[in-house]
Amino acid sequence: MLKDIFRKQRRYATIPSPDAKREIPEGIMQKCPRCGTISYAKELEKNLKVCKSCGYHFSLSAPERIAVTVDEGRFFEYDADLRSLDPLEFPDYKSKIQKDMEKTNLKEAVVTGEGTLGGYPAVIGVMDSRFRMGSMGSVVGEKIARAVEQAVTKRYPLILFSASGGARMQEGVLSLMQMAKTSAALERLHRERVLFVSVLTNPTTGGVSASFSSLGDINIAEPGALIGFAGRRVIEQTVRQKLPDDFQTAEFLLKHGQLDMVVPRTELRQTLIKILELHSNGGNVDGKRPSAL
Amino acid sequence: MGEMSMANGHLPFEKPIVELRQKIVELKKFTKEKQIDLSEEIATLEAKAERLEKEIYGNLTPWQRVQIARHASRPTTLDYIQHIFTDFMELHGDRLYGDDPAIVGGIAKLDGMPVTVIGHERGKDTKDKIARNFGMPHPEGYRKALRLMQQANKFDRPIICFIDTQGAHPGIEAEQRGQSEAIARNLREMAGFTVPIVCVVTGEGGSGGALAIGVGNRLLMLEHAYYSVITPEGAAAILWRDASEAQQAAEALRITAQDLLKLGVVDRVIPEPKGGAHRDPETQAAWIKEALLETLNPLMEMDGPSLVKDRHQKYARIGVFAGGD
Repeated sequence: MLKDIFRKQRRYATIPSPDAKREIPEGIMQKCPRCGTISYAKELEKNLKVCKSCGYHFSLSAPERIAVTVDEGRFFEYDADLRSLDPLEFPDYKSKIQKDMEKTNLKEAVVTGEGTLGGYPAVIGVMDSRFRMGSMGSVVGEKIARAVEQAVTKRYPLILFSASGGARMQEGVLSLMQMAKTSAALERLHRERVLFVSVLTNPTTGGVSASFSSLGDINIAEPGALIGFAGRRVIEQTVRQKLPDDFQTAEFLLKHGQLDMVVPRTELRQTLIKILELHSNGGNVDGKRPSAL
Repeated sequence: MGEMSMANGHLPFEKPIVELRQKIVELKKFTKEKQIDLSEEIATLEAKAERLEKEIYGNLTPWQRVQIARHASRPTTLDYIQHIFTDFMELHGDRLYGDDPAIVGGIAKLDGMPVTVIGHERGKDTKDKIARNFGMPHPEGYRKALRLMQQANKFDRPIICFIDTQGAHPGIEAEQRGQSEAIARNLREMAGFTVPIVCVVTGEGGSGGALAIGVGNRLLMLEHAYYSVITPEGAAAILWRDASEAQQAAEALRITAQDLLKLGVVDRVIPEPKGGAHRDPETQAAWIKEALLETLNPLMEMDGPSLVKDRHQKYARIGVFAGGD
């Protein structure tokens, strides 16, 4: 039959080689690592780097995060000149820092400053997972502690976006102590009753999840974000059993009472503005009881 | 776990000393049995043994110290509590989920003064060790510690913490119940208490799981204890993809008491008896008590707000970086 002829022809359709699949023109198209959908980079950016097919959240760099969060052009950076040294003379540390500085055009794994969201002023800190996996050493700890101090002094709400593999091994116990330094700074903010919103993005683990990022008055996470204390492999070796598929995801933490909400990136800015508004007092955002009542 | 200590409790690097000491014992026995005077040879060997001890114990590598810190007979928190304090009354439970035996705590008297004492407890025999999860706490352990510290703060009692853990327990339930949050909350709350807090690293200071009861006005550390952001084995696995490189990692990470003193993290190093705390637990306890009293007394003179400020400043100072002047 005629149909068979057509069918036969279809059997000879060319299948792209695995190499060809990967050859997506860099910068123009981007492929979703979860569902494989290929989208125009520009369109993906318009959707805040969230896959339109499956909702996968691509990671954002610190500058990208700031751009999609604060009111346009209203960000004043703090402490941009802080740079890491190599206090332990740890093998290859200096060169790794140098490489990451060149790769990211950043000086360290966190950018801090102040800006406005929907007109409300806030102190903001954003970690960048491209820089040493967003790990916290002396500079990250110091910049966050200084940002908290600014929030205390100005009585501006504090919003910290975490994206980190934990404390930075190459600065040893000094990195560990940054957990205490940042948490101690937050103790003062807490005592002064200034709002702190922690936004946990993919990934937030180890020493960062076990310090400032868990201490928000409100803890928010992006969908699918990996959040946890211990690494998956370490846990598997310890308990010798299969871990649930959703283990240490934002949704898992929400289910177990560890988060206030999971908010898609496309709604995050509006959610933050709403929280700032709920904590404002006639435009004076300082965490105090509204006097109008 | 690293190299296991040898059957007689001696560590591998102590072998030359042990062998020499054995030879001396044999010679002495030989002298008695055969009535031959070997006193000169014995004296020479004894002098040699002493030199050898000085050489080995005086130049311990970081990895050798880690082995001492992990020694199976190293005194634990409950040993120190028994020797240093009187009237210890253990208190239990976090009032939320359970009672974690990996952390012990309660009220006791230090030189007649009521204090709250808290510490990791790794356990004694195998059964006890398993029951205490080898001193690796779950969130309820940290929350019990927090409850006892809040109680101390309420009744104006100083807080003393003994740190000795490989780390917080890595497990499914620990994550479900908020291991991160439990540790983080302790860090913040400890920063704000208006009573003196003195912490002592007695054995292993395993990262966040150690720090969670470690935010004090002063941090003391035993001579052979270690305190690290990651275990040497863990660092070796990441850096060189080989946990057996732990020895090298132990050096690179700067984890000894002497390193931490130089880095400005530790305020005072408490010496250990020759060969380590396990050789003479009572003497060790006496030395810790002396250091505790000397550290605590000036802090007792300070009022609440000054203690909080002092603690904040201690941690604000820690860190090394360029710029920002």
